[in-house]
Order: sequence, then structure tokens, then C-alpha cells
Amino acid sequence: MHEFLFGTYPYIALSVLVLGSIARYERDPFTWKSSSSQLLRRRQLIMGSILFHVGVLIIFAGHLFGLLIPIEVFDALGVGHGLKQVMAAVGGGIAGVIALIGGVMLAHRRLTDPRVRARSTPADTGIILILILQLILGLATVPISFQHLDGAEMAKLMAWANGIFTLDSQAASYIEGANIVFKAHIALGLTIFVLFPFTRLVHMLSFPVRYLWRPGYQIVRTRKQSQIKGQEV
Amino acid sequence: MKVRAQIGMVLNLDKCIGCHTCSITCKNVWTSRDGVEYAWFNNVETKPGIGYPKDWENQKRWNGGWTRTKSGKLQPKQGAKWRILANIFGNPDLPEIDDFYEPYDFDYDHLKSAPEMEAFPTARPRSRISGLRMEKIEWGPNWEEILGGEFEKRSKDYNFEGIQKAIYGEYENTFMMYLPRLCEHCLNPTCVASCPSGAIYKREEDGIVLIDQEKCRGWRMCVSGCPYKKIYYNWESGKSEKCTFCYPRIESGLPTVCSETCVGRIRYLGVMLYDADKIQEAASAAGEQDLYDAQLGLFLDPNDPQVQAAARKEGVPQDWIDAAKKSPVWKMAMDWKIAFPLHPEYRTLPMVWYIPPLSPIQNAAEAGKIGLDREMPDVKSLRIPVRYLANMLTAGDEAPVVAALEKMLAMRGYMRAKTVDGVIDLGIAKRVGLDPQDIEDMYELMAIADYENRFVVPTAHREDFEDAYDLRGGCGFTDGNGCSSGSSGGKLFGSRKAVNARRTV
Repeated sequence: MHEFLFGTYPYIALSVLVLGSIARYERDPFTWKSSSSQLLRRRQLIMGSILFHVGVLIIFAGHLFGLLIPIEVFDALGVGHGLKQVMAAVGGGIAGVIALIGGVMLAHRRLTDPRVRARSTPADTGIILILILQLILGLATVPISFQHLDGAEMAKLMAWANGIFTLDSQAASYIEGANIVFKAHIALGLTIFVLFPFTRLVHMLSFPVRYLWRPGYQIVRTRKQSQIKGQEV
Repeated sequence: MKVRAQIGMVLNLDKCIGCHTCSITCKNVWTSRDGVEYAWFNNVETKPGIGYPKDWENQKRWNGGWTRTKSGKLQPKQGAKWRILANIFGNPDLPEIDDFYEPYDFDYDHLKSAPEMEAFPTARPRSRISGLRMEKIEWGPNWEEILGGEFEKRSKDYNFEGIQKAIYGEYENTFMMYLPRLCEHCLNPTCVASCPSGAIYKREEDGIVLIDQEKCRGWRMCVSGCPYKKIYYNWESGKSEKCTFCYPRIESGLPTVCSETCVGRIRYLGVMLYDADKIQEAASAAGEQDLYDAQLGLFLDPNDPQVQAAARKEGVPQDWIDAAKKSPVWKMAMDWKIAFPLHPEYRTLPMVWYIPPLSPIQNAAEAGKIGLDREMPDVKSLRIPVRYLANMLTAGDEAPVVAALEKMLAMRGYMRAKTVDGVIDLGIAKRVGLDPQDIEDMYELMAIADYENRFVVPTAHREDFEDAYDLRGGCGFTDGNGCSSGSSGGKLFGSRKAVNARRTV
């Protein structure tokens, strides 16, 4: 079971994430959207959404860099394992609390506001609850990591994540002894990857940073064959 | 000079009777779907009133349109690009649906299914969003119809700026007019500029502004960007929608549905040639009252051989240039200067223009006197304050509005003298700077308003951009993936829960 969850499941999850997202983008671009409900009810949305998104983005960046950059890079930079662990736990903890407050506000709004509730799909409601559960699990790891400050536990997790991406067949064994909370957090995280293409989460792939360097403000399209299609002016 | 063509529209408010046929036919064609029940791509407001959505003209509140920075550059009033992106998680300038109105339906079924009761059965309202009973409807489409509601509330109308408005609340001094509104298909649209996804675009060949439904991600910045609040977020599909200027009809040379069905024959469609290179400069004019003239400066005379040559060079088809010569929009906006853009101060350079309405002379005794010596009444004594119209159409500059109203009065005086008294009164024409032929032309276009004079719409040159061979057996206009319905049946990627109206009353 351990081997499946942390050795095989990651590849299933990543495959579904990548292939599912591509399939949806190609097959059904009309459904690719943020599904904002701000129009229906402003109350709790602005504050909740900002807290949630800012918190989650910080956490996402932390996980991306913290887990995937090989531990050797940190060693070379002279960042001790213990220091890195404390940074991750404190930074992640604060961002996690911010995201959790926002998430709870959003979930409360989604479940109690009659308009938003009536216009939520099971996927909309489900995914916010799953994300909240994942935030709670993530925050629960913080006190655990303060029980041992040497950073060894964290190094194991990093080795696992690196192992997955470097096709290391031993990857699962690196976290065999990890605390059950870590394991649950990872398993749920992988499950979120699986759900990703089938929910509104896909909107994060469309975060329109390109807008910042889009030349000028106006867009004119022409359909004349002699000119480039979708030419932007 | 970069010549482009656009189909513009003029609405003659002097003839609008407020029948809402335009709104209803538009709704039946375009927005009779879930998620856009509240949306009226075309609506008719009674003015003075705060309108739909509430207080839409007040950009201090909604931050729509453009603002001119100290350095003379333009940026959306809701913020520069980084600011728009920063607001993407929660848009502080987005109206709530209650600012439009909560869409509702009635339990009509109860009328026939109710058991025998002492009281006559009624159809009570129910929200189309939540499916819940609505005990009291407090706002709805066209809530201010024919001056509905207290003057106190309606007088929040932004166009009262600089007017001592209290007296217009008195019965003897009250005034009203209708304002049919649709997307302005601007030359400098803020919705396009505000869309972070780049989903909204202006079509080069006819100027129609459209939203690419497959590129729209529902960031909803266009809704707040548009100062006319003519972009609607479809809460069912999660995408924004707007007036399409009935582009399938326009492409076939037909007028838009609202224009076609207008029983007052107040709407005109025609080609306008403009210089796309000058748009930025015109929209950045220093003073708000300069914008009307700046926009006039963009339009190119289709009778000028140089313009024609430049247009052909830019690929404007010959029949479009010919149509531009006969354009009723050109005649009204440029030749006679009786049509004006709606709120030019938003700096969007709108392309749906309005002829201001005449109104009764305030003082009946004066009216009698005026009638006797057949003199032109002073437009300042018209019931609708000139300043009010100027706030709406020229950023408060009264002179152009006065000139337009005088021309319209002159047309009436001249034609009345001609047809009733059998006298050609050259004096009247001269006083407003028109010759009798101009007045006859104005009369022909505005009073007679034949179909073929109102709508001069050249067909699209589909041969330039479509291969008819590929279109064989095609599925026509669809909403999504080619011939698929555009929805995956909703099973895989999230279906909407249908709100079943409960049958109990």
C-alpha cells in the first residue's frame, strides 16, 4: 500500500493532471474558466478570496521550491537543514493560516448563501472542502516538525519528491518512516492533482500574466486571409 | 492615415416612444437563456433616473471608462494593467446582481393547479437564481419606467450635474425622455483593454466588438471596465457576454434586430470611415469637452477621393466605400451635426450616437405667442434642460446641443410653413445655417425615415475570409466547439445543478 500510494500513485496523479488538463483545454475550452460567483454575492467574497488566493499562492511557491530544488543546492548555498525547516514551517504556517481563514470564509459563503449554494456544482463545493482539509493537514505538520528541528525529516520528504521527478524507483522507501500526517497530506495532495482537470482549479493555469506585456491596450482581429489571423494591434 | 470602416448607429431620441420593442426582440434572440435573464443587451431607460444597473453613469462609483493621467496618457479608470491583475481575486468595482436586479419568474403553474380555495389563486414571484420565494420585489428591469418611483431617488441621475434640480421634482416642471441603450462598439473600448485574457476584440472589417467565448476565463474585469455597463457576466456559463451588434445579420446586410423592429423607426445604421492611427490621440484630448470634437476629427469624408484611395489601399471594399457615401450616420453626425456620442467624457469614443429630443415649451402662454409670429422658440425654454442633454451627450458643452435642437426646430418650422401654409420660409433655414435642400434631406431621413434610407448596410465579404467548400454541411453559428453544443453534457467537467422550482406556493 505504501509503495502504491507514494511510488505509483504520484505517476498516475501527474499523468491525469497533465493529460486531463490538455484534453480539457483542447476538447472543451468553453468550460475553462474561474467560475466566479462574485456577481451573485459580493459579501465575504472579496476578503475571503484574496486571503485564500494569496495564502495558497505563497504555499504553492514554497512547496515548489522547497520540495523540488535538490537538497544539495541548499547545502551549497550554506542553508542548513534545520534553518530551512524552520523557514518552511514558519512561512508555510503563516501562509497556511491566511489561506485557511480565506478558505473557511469562502466555504461558509458557498454553503450558507442561498444564491451561491443553489448555483454551486458538487465539484465546486467539494473542491473547496478538500482544499480546506488539505490546509488543515498541512498546518498539522507544523507542530510535528517542531518536535525535531534537525531537518532530517524534511530532507527525506525532499528526497522523495526529487525521487519521483527523477524516476527513482526507490522514492517511496525514503518516506517510509514519516509521520502519518505527512503521509496523509501527500496522499490528499496527489488526489487534488487527480481532481484538478475536472474542477474549476484549471483556472490557475490561465492566470493571465501575459496581460502585463501585451502591447498596448486594444486588440483588433481581422479575418482577411492576406493578414495574420488574430493580429493584435 | 489608416482607414478602417465601422457600422455605426444613430438613435433619434426625438422619436423614441419607449415601447421597448427593441429590448424585447433583442432578449428573445440573444438572452433568453439561463444565467443572462438579468442581462439586457438592449434596454430602454426613462430619464431622469439612475438607470440599469443602478447609477451606471456615475464613474466616481464604478470606475468605468478611461482616465487621463497627468502625463497625458490613458489608462482604464479601474487601474493600470498591474492594478487590474492585482484585483483579479476580488474585483472591487464589480456590480452585484442586485445592482441590475435579481431575475425572477412567477409560479404560473399555480394558477391552474391550485385546489379550490376561498381566495383567487395568484402567481407569486420566485428567484431564478436560488429558486427561493421572493416575498417582495424591490427592483427590476426598467423599474423607473415613465418616472416610476420618487423624484428624490431618480434625481441621483448623474446628468443633473450642475443643474438646480429641485424644481424638476415639481409636477408642473417635470420632464422625461427615453434613452435606449446598447453596447457602443467603441473605437477605444475599455472592456477590450481591461480583459486580462485578451478575449475581447474589435473586428477590423466592421468595428463590432465581440467576446471570444472560448478565450474568456471569467476574470470579469470587462464588466467593471465598461462605463456603460454593457457587458454582462453570465453566472451560469461563467463567461462574459455582450451585445453582438447582431453580427450574423449585419454580415448579411441586414439591420440589427433592435433596429429592424423599432416601431418608431428611430434607428439608423451606416458605414463610417475613420482614421485608426488617430484614435489614441483623440481619446487623450485634454479637456472632457474636447472629446466630442476630437471624435468628429477621426471620421473621414467618404466623398474625398484621397480618403477613398487610402481606404482601398487598406482593403476596405469598394461597396463599403460606396455605402459610406450614403451613410445616414455620416449625414447626422457630420453633415448636420445633430447626433452626438453618449458620454464622450468616458474617452471610449462610442459609435452609437443620439439625436437629442425636443420637448414641449415650458410656458404655455409663451408657446401661444411663439406660434403666432411663427418664430423659433428659444431652445432654453424647452422642458428638458439643455444642460441635462449636454451632460449626457457632450460632456456638458451646451452649444452643440443647442445648435442641434435649433436645426430640428427649424426643420419643423420650415416643413410646417411649406406643407400647411404653402410658404417656403428661407429665413428659418438661414438662421440655423442650413439651406432648404438640407432641410428637405433632414426631413426625408428623420421624418419619413424610409427603411432603405435608415439602413445602409453593405454585406460582409465572406469570400475574403471563408472557404465555402469547407463550410458545406457546417453547423452555422454555434456556441463552442464547432458542431458540438460546446458543453460536454456537463458530466465530466462539472454540470450545473438545475434549480427545480418547488411547486408549493
